[in-house]
Amino acid sequence: MNHYPLWKYLLIAAVIFICGLYALPNIFGEDPAVQISPAYARDMKIDQALQETAEAELKNANISFIRVDRTPRQLLFRFKDTNTQLKASTVLKEALPKYVVAQNLASTTPDWLRALGAQAMYLGLDLRGGVHFLMQVDMETAIRQDEETYIGEMRTLFRENKLRYKGISRDVSGDGGILVSVADIEKRDQAKKLIEIEYDDLVITEINEGDEYRLHLAFTEKALIENRQKALEQNITTLRNRVNELGVSEPVIQRQGDERIVVQLPGVQDTARAKEILGATATLEFRLVADDDEKLGARSYKRRDGSPVMLKRRVIATGDQIVDAAATIDQRSGRPATVVRLDNKGAKRMLMITRKNVGKPMAVVFMEYHIKTKEVDGKPVTTRSKSEEVINVATIQEEFGKNFQVTGLTSSEANNLALLLRAGALKAPMEIIEERTIGPSLGQENINLGVLSIMLGFLAVMLFMWMRYKTFGMVANLALLMNVVILVALLSLLQATLTLPGMAGIVLTLGMAVDANVLIFEKIREEIANGNSPQNSIHVGYEKAFVTIFDANITTLIAALMLFGFGTGPIKGFAITLSLGIITSMFTAIMLSRGVINFLYGGKKLDKLSV
Amino acid sequence: MLLTRFDYKFDFMGKRHIALLLSGILMAVSLGSLFVQGLVFGIDFTGGTLVEVGYSQPADIEDIRKTLHENGFPDAVVQHFGSSKEVLIRLGVHEESKEEPLSSKILRLLQQGGEKVDMRRVEYVGPQIGKELVEKGGLAVIYTLIGILIYVGFRFEYRFAIGAVAALVHDTVIVVGFFSLFRLEFDLTVLAALLAVIGYSLNDTIVVFDRIRENFVKLRKQASINVMNISINQMLGRTVMTSVTTALVLIILFIFGGELIHGFSTALLLGVIIGTYSSIYIASASALGLGVSKVDLMPVEKEGEEKNTEGFKW
Repeated sequence: MNHYPLWKYLLIAAVIFICGLYALPNIFGEDPAVQISPAYARDMKIDQALQETAEAELKNANISFIRVDRTPRQLLFRFKDTNTQLKASTVLKEALPKYVVAQNLASTTPDWLRALGAQAMYLGLDLRGGVHFLMQVDMETAIRQDEETYIGEMRTLFRENKLRYKGISRDVSGDGGILVSVADIEKRDQAKKLIEIEYDDLVITEINEGDEYRLHLAFTEKALIENRQKALEQNITTLRNRVNELGVSEPVIQRQGDERIVVQLPGVQDTARAKEILGATATLEFRLVADDDEKLGARSYKRRDGSPVMLKRRVIATGDQIVDAAATIDQRSGRPATVVRLDNKGAKRMLMITRKNVGKPMAVVFMEYHIKTKEVDGKPVTTRSKSEEVINVATIQEEFGKNFQVTGLTSSEANNLALLLRAGALKAPMEIIEERTIGPSLGQENINLGVLSIMLGFLAVMLFMWMRYKTFGMVANLALLMNVVILVALLSLLQATLTLPGMAGIVLTLGMAVDANVLIFEKIREEIANGNSPQNSIHVGYEKAFVTIFDANITTLIAALMLFGFGTGPIKGFAITLSLGIITSMFTAIMLSRGVINFLYGGKKLDKLSV
Repeated sequence: MLLTRFDYKFDFMGKRHIALLLSGILMAVSLGSLFVQGLVFGIDFTGGTLVEVGYSQPADIEDIRKTLHENGFPDAVVQHFGSSKEVLIRLGVHEESKEEPLSSKILRLLQQGGEKVDMRRVEYVGPQIGKELVEKGGLAVIYTLIGILIYVGFRFEYRFAIGAVAALVHDTVIVVGFFSLFRLEFDLTVLAALLAVIGYSLNDTIVVFDRIRENFVKLRKQASINVMNISINQMLGRTVMTSVTTALVLIILFIFGGELIHGFSTALLLGVIIGTYSSIYIASASALGLGVSKVDLMPVEKEGEEKNTEGFKW
């Protein structure tokens, strides 16, 4: 009685061995490191030459490193302390301006362990320090921009088809959409036909009001959903590029729901810069300045000094067509400038227009969207505004196409603009609706508190179990220890985020996981009290208690899963450790502890049990 | 020794009226406090900004308050956080200038006197988030209760399910009431703790119910009330052991876990105590009150039980 077949012992041993292996990386520390990777939109290679340059630079500055690792995607230097790391980062940043140089923490897990895919748990921001942003994408503006693009296209469409129209504009009266007005019913039918052929994502309604002949165009429901989806995706891509440019290692950029994006930047403390770059919607537009006799197709803009200037409605090129940009100093004036390179379509158009307009002035418009939600009378109210500023009006000296430069900004503006243009424009402006910054000292403090609580909780429970159940209690304690090892291994394998509430979840699991053993041992005691033999009591105790344990744990699991579905960030971490802890405790408290008990007592003649 | 002496025969069910009265009073006080003074919601729910700064020496709260009030933050609430060197500053929703984020401005104001201050934590929650969280949090609690109602109803009997959920509502209301009564801050971690309390308390209840179910079959001749009493007494050793170990780790968490999860550990600790009590009294007493008897349980349950024990041999 109470024998486990060999395979069960082997299975238990295998599980413990594998989990122990994967939990191991958490014991190793981390080296301060500097990571060099290529900037987005540039075809930079991480090669031997780069490594040699970097090593030479470090040698010049008298900085020694522990070791260097090169992969096709990055070069990683490890240093012995954070001071050296900081110095090295400064040196490398200056020496390699075209690369992204970021400070990082590199695990000291030995290579053979890493080759198995073992890595330490992923620590949440509350444990490692950094910034967390939740950004809301302003879909209304995204749709508005789509409408404006369509208006531009339709103007061209009508002109090409020689259809005279009175006006095309956004419908500002109701739920948005586009209004096309023409002189008579014939033209309206013609316009309708043209639009129907060209666009299949618009709902067209005819409006008859007195002498007015108008068409109202609105996006179909399907198009709206698609546009929103696209806006969200483009914003995520853009954010990724921008974060890459900021030089942050291990950033998290994820969508949350239909119109929100989570951005987590570990180690970042300068939130001002991060916010400036992430939320920025700055982009450029190039337009011709209108002559006095062209005022009809023109609009008034303001220059930086506040004086007005009339610009043509038709745009020559926009920020989306810019594929690369860099900050520089203008050779002639010595002022800061941004060099831009247009894509083929933009370059072709730029060439055509500048050729026709040599000697005429062209303006560069700097555009930015602002969005802010305030609480008014207990309700959140969102206000949107768009600022447009003419930063520069210059005479076209000669025709140009792909490459040219823009002046009229301050040095830091030129820098930021270059970064933003390079990383791509946001499809829609975003608002930061949640921000959490944890300083590095607090992060470390939280780790220490968490580890201390886990250890003390562990000791307390062990002592208590030993006092009440003697030998059996010690078996339960062994099971509990293994439970923690397995839990840590699973968290490491899943790379689930460990947060402070997550650590609290581990502590809570410690208290609750022994419950299964308590149930079993109490049942064994009961059986012995009822006069059952020791061997039989063990058997019955384990068999009978199982259903109870199963039922009780399932319900706790329901609560933990709800918590997971509802929770954000740290709370999710709690839900994860709690649910995993419940599942792993089923294995350790029942199978593993049984294995040990069987090994100790199985098949022996017993007079009494130490329970 | 002391730890082994749990096996007394207590007449739990006979005193259920006293327990119900006590619970009634606790519930009334909790609900009353909730209606009269509501909850002190953390910024997770209200929106606003929270800044935690660390001083190298004990900080003078009055001084900090004055500085902030005079420099454009008349709504700043300043308090110590954990130790006299850490200070927590709460602000409403403020206009943020592009050049200088709110947190930098506050840090600059505090550093004016030449003191060494560093930023430990900044949290900003926009007004649109808070409302949503209140809604989603409430829903999470309700869904959890419904999920449990279904599971327990399916595994046991509907009267047990109602008893279990009654116990959970009882626990939730009292823990929330405690936070209201003592003006403790109710934030996201407390809500998480509340859901964990639901899980824990239920765990306890199920264990007792399981034994009651078993005994209804075994002790056919006994009256329902006796079966319940015997069952609770049989499980007392386990109930006390598990509650004590859980409470023990929570006390450790409360003392050593740090200020950030104080609310969390408070709610859990309270919940475990109330949960233990309620699984004995409220859950069983409700099921008894609803008239659970062996007739309702026996035929179906015997089948279900056998199937399950066989399906899961370890």
